[in-house]
Amino acid sequence: MTDTTVREKSSTPARERATQPSGPIGARIERKEDLRFLTGSGQYTDDVTLPHQSYACFVRSPHAHARLRSIRTDTAKRSPGVLAVYTGADIPPAVGGLPCGWLITGVDGKPMKEPKHPILAQGKVRYVGDPVAIVVAETYDQAKEAAQLVEVDYEPLPAVVDVRDALRKGAPAVHDEAPDNVCYVWALGDKAAVDAAFAKAAHVTTLEFVNNRLIPNAIEPRACNAAYARADDSYTLYVANQNPHVERLLMTAFVLGLPEHKVRVIAPDVGGGFGSKIYLYAEETVCVWAAKLVNRPIKWTAERSESFQADAHGRDHVTKAELALDKDGKFLAMRVKTTAAMGAYLSTFASCIPTILYATLLAGQYTTPAIHCEVTAVFTNTAPVDAYRGAGRPEATYVVERLVATAAREMAIAQDEIRRRNFIRKFPYATPVALTYDTGDYEACLDGAMKLADVAGFPKRKEEAAKRGKLRGLGWSSYIEACGLAPSNVAGSLGARAGLFEAGEVRVHPTGKVTVFTGSHSHGQGHETTFAQVVADRLGIAVDDVDVVHGDTGRIPFGMGTYGSRSIAVGGTAIMKAVDKVVAKGRKIAAHLMEVSDADVEFRDGKFTVKGTDKNVPFAQVALTAYVPHNYPLDKLEPGLDETAFYDPTNFTYPAGTHICEVEIDPETGETRIVSFSACDDFGNIINPMIVEGQVHGGLAQGIGQALLEGCVYDRESGQLLTGSYMDYAMPRAADLPSFKVDTRVTPCTHNPLGVKGCGEAGAIGAPAAVINAICDATGAKDVEMPATSERVWRTLRAGQKRS
Amino acid sequence: MQAFGYSEPTTVAKATGAAAANAEGRYLAGGQSLLAAMKLGLAAPGELIDLGRVPELRGIKVEGNGALLTIGATTTHAEVAASLEVGARIPALAALAGGIGDRQVRNRGTLGGSLANDDPAADYPAAVLGLGATVNTNQRQIAADDFFKGLFETALAPGELIVSVTFPVPKKAAYEKFRNPASRFALVGVFVAQAAQGPRVAVTGAGSRGVFRVKAMEQALARDWSAKAIESVAVPAADLQTDLHASAEYRANLVTVLARRAVAAA
Amino acid sequence: MKIPVSLTVNGQPVSVEIEPRTLLVEFLRGPLQLTGTHVGCDTAQCGACTVLVDGKPVKSCNMLAIQAQGATVTTIEGLARDGNLHPMQAAFRKHHGLQCGFCTPGMVLSAVGLATQHKQPTEAQIREALDGNFCRCTGYHNIVKAVQEGLAEMTTA
Repeated sequence: MTDTTVREKSSTPARERATQPSGPIGARIERKEDLRFLTGSGQYTDDVTLPHQSYACFVRSPHAHARLRSIRTDTAKRSPGVLAVYTGADIPPAVGGLPCGWLITGVDGKPMKEPKHPILAQGKVRYVGDPVAIVVAETYDQAKEAAQLVEVDYEPLPAVVDVRDALRKGAPAVHDEAPDNVCYVWALGDKAAVDAAFAKAAHVTTLEFVNNRLIPNAIEPRACNAAYARADDSYTLYVANQNPHVERLLMTAFVLGLPEHKVRVIAPDVGGGFGSKIYLYAEETVCVWAAKLVNRPIKWTAERSESFQADAHGRDHVTKAELALDKDGKFLAMRVKTTAAMGAYLSTFASCIPTILYATLLAGQYTTPAIHCEVTAVFTNTAPVDAYRGAGRPEATYVVERLVATAAREMAIAQDEIRRRNFIRKFPYATPVALTYDTGDYEACLDGAMKLADVAGFPKRKEEAAKRGKLRGLGWSSYIEACGLAPSNVAGSLGARAGLFEAGEVRVHPTGKVTVFTGSHSHGQGHETTFAQVVADRLGIAVDDVDVVHGDTGRIPFGMGTYGSRSIAVGGTAIMKAVDKVVAKGRKIAAHLMEVSDADVEFRDGKFTVKGTDKNVPFAQVALTAYVPHNYPLDKLEPGLDETAFYDPTNFTYPAGTHICEVEIDPETGETRIVSFSACDDFGNIINPMIVEGQVHGGLAQGIGQALLEGCVYDRESGQLLTGSYMDYAMPRAADLPSFKVDTRVTPCTHNPLGVKGCGEAGAIGAPAAVINAICDATGAKDVEMPATSERVWRTLRAGQKRS
Repeated sequence: MQAFGYSEPTTVAKATGAAAANAEGRYLAGGQSLLAAMKLGLAAPGELIDLGRVPELRGIKVEGNGALLTIGATTTHAEVAASLEVGARIPALAALAGGIGDRQVRNRGTLGGSLANDDPAADYPAAVLGLGATVNTNQRQIAADDFFKGLFETALAPGELIVSVTFPVPKKAAYEKFRNPASRFALVGVFVAQAAQGPRVAVTGAGSRGVFRVKAMEQALARDWSAKAIESVAVPAADLQTDLHASAEYRANLVTVLARRAVAAA
Repeated sequence: MKIPVSLTVNGQPVSVEIEPRTLLVEFLRGPLQLTGTHVGCDTAQCGACTVLVDGKPVKSCNMLAIQAQGATVTTIEGLARDGNLHPMQAAFRKHHGLQCGFCTPGMVLSAVGLATQHKQPTEAQIREALDGNFCRCTGYHNIVKAVQEGLAEMTTA
């Protein structure tokens, strides 16, 4: 049976096979996509220039909140090279607002507030950078010059940018529909059980903190190029996007009302996403709408300043978290109250991030029997907030692991010991926050990380550092994430307005070469290599004989795209299902060729073999026969060898691991350096260890960036974005980071044929708590606010000196 | 970027002539600050007078029997950092130049450009003031103490062009910089020198009016050139800058810590 | 106003008339269609636009094309010779020093330019030397390894 072969492979730990993989799965294969990227032959959206190209520049609000009294465009329209200028008043009433893809129902039973998100501001502007008008011209310089000539008369209004300010009585309302700025109040868990557990607790640890707002900063700025063809009344949109089919569906069905089949969305090479390119944004929607009116292709590429202002941001929570423990440090209950910023409008998946992807993860790796979480989502006069690498799960891990580390210190229990006492050890495990973990071995990762980090040698290193006048600290973070988004029926019952399956097509060419069409999208993850490895492994052909096509609604059957570490677990499985169909059909063809019954044919090492004999037909011959069906069971079987499969997962996957960070602090300046960072993760089976390690490294850099460097700051009075460029927003550079120590342990996922879990977000999820726990260990402080800048650490140390 | 005229003089005289002829003109050296400002619309000169083809403005010369180092205005940071003459005589200056911005910026950015711009967080002003250098223009010689006038303000008259800077070679000197994690400019930078006329301490990145000297530290160092001598000398936080990246109080702490470290390293 | 500019790009002489305000990166990506050089920011910090001008890495977004008058410019498209990857390109591939590929051209050219400064830099020196190049994907770990090996290969080659 085809499935049996796959399961046999997946039950072998990838870690063991990594040293000596039998086939392409588990091998460190150099990436197929690298050749074009290394020679400058990649094609990113801004590299695409179409015949009769025109260029767009957006006029954006300089105010955080203002009424639009009037907009005059006549001077701009007369400016050299200008083809058109449109404002919100030009958008026909039939054009809808940008939709939110997830309906959250509040504790009051009412749906969340969903104020209209117009594609160009109407009536009011609600954040600095809110698009007010589009100018289309022959060149970008001309469009930009004319944009400065659009005269907008703003009546500035008071603004709120901080969630705490937004909830104060009498705070300015971002939307009339939500006079108290509350989008929803949502809760999960058994409150009575939690309260009862707290009442009998021997110890309660309480923390209050901010999870800092981040700006994703993919190095390729967002871009689009929209073209209209009169010949067939169709549109083509090139866009830097992570999920072109979703982009098309949302744009056509909910906003522009265009026929879906008349719009082709191409997401070519995309220079990083990290969540920020999942969403349907105003800019590309306006460009598609305007392309028909102007009858010219319209290209828009964000300047970095625009990315800072108008890309969806991430995180921005204010949280109070409490952990109840018994006298032995066993967790009894957790109580979490979070206020989460939505920004000025609901971005595509904004509402589900601080709820479905956050509160459900609060069990972490532990047997905490009762958990209650209440989330208040709040509108603010800032850029919308949505998923950024990890999306809800880094925030949840930060809550859990800061509580656990603090409780351990307060109760004088070793950091590893408190975790060991509370680890889940029996699977499947149903958490009190709605998830069922299928498998895991948390202690294996903890032990692995401790070995990598040489925890045993830490006291000596601390002593040596002290001799140099430096402080050292060690911080643990044992994270879990729910990936492989998602079982559509479960998601649907929780409010999702979309399915979360994936599609794959495996086209076998007559010569036995294969093209795979996947609904997943690669913007750095190396799918062209990993997916080819999976298919080559299964079909027993060379990796070079498999090409992977992604990012084009015109070529791919359907796709839900790439986010939430779902590509290999869901997209990869869809491809496997299609491969299974190819093999199943191939068996029938082979059986016919060898004149035996289908049941007697098995497929192994690229050959269809008659069981128990050496009689066989190679895969390529079967492929040729399918396309040259002279000797072929045409009465029973269609010619051709091209199969499509859709896969909807039955559960989330649960990657987990332990990260240990070692910091050294200069007490005179507060400067904090990460001297060592160790990560031991369980991603299930691993297809390409080289790529997986790269994903971990990148995630860690972003997690460390959040902990030490990055923080989006709006002026609390004026609502201006203060961190609006790389001069003020600190991006992690090479010298800010150490080389990482990474390792893996493997418990294969039980519910997908590859046994894979996903690895893209782990680093960003685990790292922040590890870093801050290390700083708290070094300084003796209970908390240091993120980003833990030198000044914040210095102040923490000074406050400690004053106390003692 | 807004359109502008462009000229490419080959002598200092032609360059200053071009500036005199066009009040909207600006000199373009390496352009690392000016072009960046123009892209963001923060500067919009009517004409750029490119100094890249003026040989008189380039080069590093040892003068005064080795007591002076004169560096041409359009000498790049990378050239200063790599210069054997600078490295042998004022290693602190070479090290400072080697820590400006990043490698690409150092390959384009120039001494004269940096000084004329007078960014309050730039590195070079600390060296020029800390070493008591002289700024040589097409019109005159300006002592460092008279050159820096505040934020992005210098003693340069309209059209006046920095030709070179003459640095007296100190007995010893060092520069300690605490980088702004975002921009790589100095959050605080302290240049200390044991000069012929006595110690000098110059601070960049911290002052609310740009680069400044710390006389109290200079006096303490004159009595006793040691890190210990200044460990309790603080600059008043009231004179320092508070911004997104650091408070005046924290900057004041850094000034003392970095000054001490610089003296120890010199 | 247009001004004639002549320079050598990837070994080919180029002479055209351009507006003075044309940035080197706009000149490369526009008229020359060398789209391997990328623009990632507007404050000359991310380094995605790094090219070699007379062998030295510079940010082509912060230099006018006319300032490259008479210069020799190397972009990522000009690095491979006779169909063979430059040792630095090969090292990036071998060590998985790239993911989305957007910062890669600038990163590779910045690394190639390092060879004139350091033959065998330490890890710390490499990390400092990459200060002008942002990568959001790799966490720099594999880039550092690639640069180390690429420089070693350049020395022996």
